[in-house]
Amino acid sequence: MEAAKSAANEEMQENKHTDYIYMVTGDRLVISMNAELDHHLADEMRDVIDTIIEERGVRHLIFDFSKISFMDSSGIGLIMGRYKKLQENGSISIAGANDSIQRIILISGLHKLVHTCKDVSQAAKNIEK
Amino acid sequence: MEMKADNAMEVIFDAKSENESFARVTAAAFCTRLDPTVEEIADIKTAVSEAVTNSIVHGYEGIEGKITLKVSLVGQEVRIEVHDDGIGIENVEQAMEPLYTTKPEQERSGMGFSFMEAFMDELKVYSGKNSGTTVIMKKRIGVEN
Repeated sequence: MEAAKSAANEEMQENKHTDYIYMVTGDRLVISMNAELDHHLADEMRDVIDTIIEERGVRHLIFDFSKISFMDSSGIGLIMGRYKKLQENGSISIAGANDSIQRIILISGLHKLVHTCKDVSQAAKNIEK
Repeated sequence: MEMKADNAMEVIFDAKSENESFARVTAAAFCTRLDPTVEEIADIKTAVSEAVTNSIVHGYEGIEGKITLKVSLVGQEVRIEVHDDGIGIENVEQAMEPLYTTKPEQERSGMGFSFMEAFMDELKVYSGKNSGTTVIMKKRIGVEN
């Protein structure tokens, strides 16, 4: 019984980590979400992103939305917060956002602060320019 | 006086952030019988998510509590009610101002009520200090189809 419980807990832990994955290349961090970007996921990702930015000297952050179809104002808060950190020497890009996420970005005015691109490779190319 | 609903549902759940997705997906699923567009479903999911997040972050301030979500359909109109028994809002008018937030340190964008207003046809907020908060939103959907 206990063993089954512990196995179930372990599985949950693992699932939790698949809500997003990240990759660091040089001074660039790509973070790909697999779960909808709301208050729950934003709180989970915030400290992880900030730690990576600090420890790895990240200047450019790319949010990959290609696998998800939902973001609310908590996502805006998360992106704005990272923008404030990186705006002086770096940039924030949003890649692969669908129509409804694009609408949230427009209404919030976030499009004036970040680069929106069709996918991660285009975002990466823009940074190299 | 509210019109009698053609169909209605009610769920009560814990004020935990992992229930935000449950709430918005449940509300959206219940509305599908009115044949909404993809955009209308996205609007409803966003509005419910904002209201429920407000209850968790501001109403209960991360402390345990219950949230009630009611959805009812009258003709082509959906009525959504999100209620909490949290600390309430002393000044509703100020809370509804775009970009106003009491929790900038938690990176709250202050756009929650603005999104609810933008994505629904009607928004009413009933609250007071220490008396919980009830958000009622209405939207006509599936009319184009």
